[in-house]
Amino acid sequence: MASISSFAMPSEAPTYSFAAAQSASGQPRQHGFYPYTDNGGSTLGISGDSFTILAGDTRSTSGYNINTRYAPKLFKLGGSGPNHEGSKIVLSVVGFAADGNALQERLDTIVKMYKYQHGKDISVHACAQRLSHILYNKRFFPYYVHAILGGIDEEGKGALYSYDPVGSYEREQCRAAGAAASLIMPFLDNQVNLKNQYDPNSGPGLEKVQRVPKPLDRTTVEEIVRDAFTSAVERHIEVGDGLQMMIITKDGIEEVYTPLKQD
Amino acid sequence: MPGFDFSNHNRNIALHARGVPLPKATSTGTTIVGALYNGGVVIAADTRATSGPIVADKNCEKLHYISPQIWCAGAGTAADTEFTTALISSNLELHALSTGRKPRVVTVMTMLKQHLFRYQGHIGAYLVVAGCDPTGSHLFTVHAHGSTDKLPYVTMGSGSLAAMSVFETQWKRDMTRDEAVKLCADAIQAGIFNDLGSGSNVDVCVITPEKTELMRNYITPNQREKKMRDYKFARGTTAVLNEKIITKEEISKYVVVEDVTGEQAVGEKMEVDQ
Repeated sequence: MASISSFAMPSEAPTYSFAAAQSASGQPRQHGFYPYTDNGGSTLGISGDSFTILAGDTRSTSGYNINTRYAPKLFKLGGSGPNHEGSKIVLSVVGFAADGNALQERLDTIVKMYKYQHGKDISVHACAQRLSHILYNKRFFPYYVHAILGGIDEEGKGALYSYDPVGSYEREQCRAAGAAASLIMPFLDNQVNLKNQYDPNSGPGLEKVQRVPKPLDRTTVEEIVRDAFTSAVERHIEVGDGLQMMIITKDGIEEVYTPLKQD
Repeated sequence: MPGFDFSNHNRNIALHARGVPLPKATSTGTTIVGALYNGGVVIAADTRATSGPIVADKNCEKLHYISPQIWCAGAGTAADTEFTTALISSNLELHALSTGRKPRVVTVMTMLKQHLFRYQGHIGAYLVVAGCDPTGSHLFTVHAHGSTDKLPYVTMGSGSLAAMSVFETQWKRDMTRDEAVKLCADAIQAGIFNDLGSGSNVDVCVITPEKTELMRNYITPNQREKKMRDYKFARGTTAVLNEKIITKEEISKYVVVEDVTGEQAVGEKMEVDQ
């Protein structure tokens, strides 16, 4: 599987550069149209044996300003009514919020149309592939988002798919995306996949064996998610205000909201 | 030779022309304020230092000492505010010694603006200067290009608009000490919560003709909550290829080993686990 490419988001943060001298009037002037903005925030997903947890902070930013302290980045797909009753798939999007909303609306419609046409709910892996196609369809004017899709697969196991902005995707155990992804992802590698941890009881030096990751239980995952976000809030200015978590099990979706620091 | 060393200037211009970006300086994307009141002057600052979108220091000090009765709040490039205030503080002490008088706030303001103007804004220091001297209580702002203002209440930094909105709605003439401290702290908190470049705690400094009171971490509205899990690794989790123990006695052959205990052993404690 192709690796998830790292698209740099346009940033409004002040950077240093030797600005070109103002051109005299009469000289040709270049105009620009910048259709993208970065609204900050972070998302994170972890899949377990019989559940998947998706989480995201609820702050929306532009530059040094806060647009709102509550702009959800997690969306239930399908289901019935305005509250998506009976839905079992969740999409999280981070990056450019307008594109995120447009993408969510498109995929939600497709998931609903699937049920009307086939008389059954779409499977997560079908939904995952469809999302990949939607993203690649706009290969040369992409949705500027990192998407993570979560649900329960046909065997009843937790399923988690992550995407780059142009549709390259992969099924994974865990993934962090957005502004604080570079802060959260190494923590997840270490705590979920037990990277760089050796079995203390194994032999010395090179004989030491890597600890083997095993599926985590729900409370452990919830605690890891909370700690990941409270820590990201400490060190990233674009993350904060609130944490929205969705826990997907065979019985449906549980939604939990906890406040985060507001500075 | 005194002054700055420009010997890398031409090389850096050439490097930049080939697309090498300038290194990022730690900026105190900041909220700093000051207000005069009946009988003195108050300055206050937040305590967040940033490097791009990353918080470099959660509890830095932005209130700088100039002389016992004159203090400075700094915004902009962290190194520039620190070195500029230290330089002026040093020169001011020599000036006070040579004249045999208490230093004046206008003197500080003038020294700062002349220094900053000479460097045409390349020294990115944005300062609020406040203090009491034989001529009264004074409050100034000094911008990086050298312009200054003398006003009864001032704000600076990326959170200046948030802070000024508090001043413009709540400031009044002839406040008491406590009213002025509360107003300045509220203005800083407006910056902390509404400007992403500002955050963490509120530092306040109250200067009267009699004494200076520095209230470090006057308000701490952003304490980290306890982590849910324990992240202590079991001994032996890290693979060790070989081990060699060097005792204090052995290392004493090469360097002077000194045990420092008690108060002086630690400066300011950094917030860490357990």
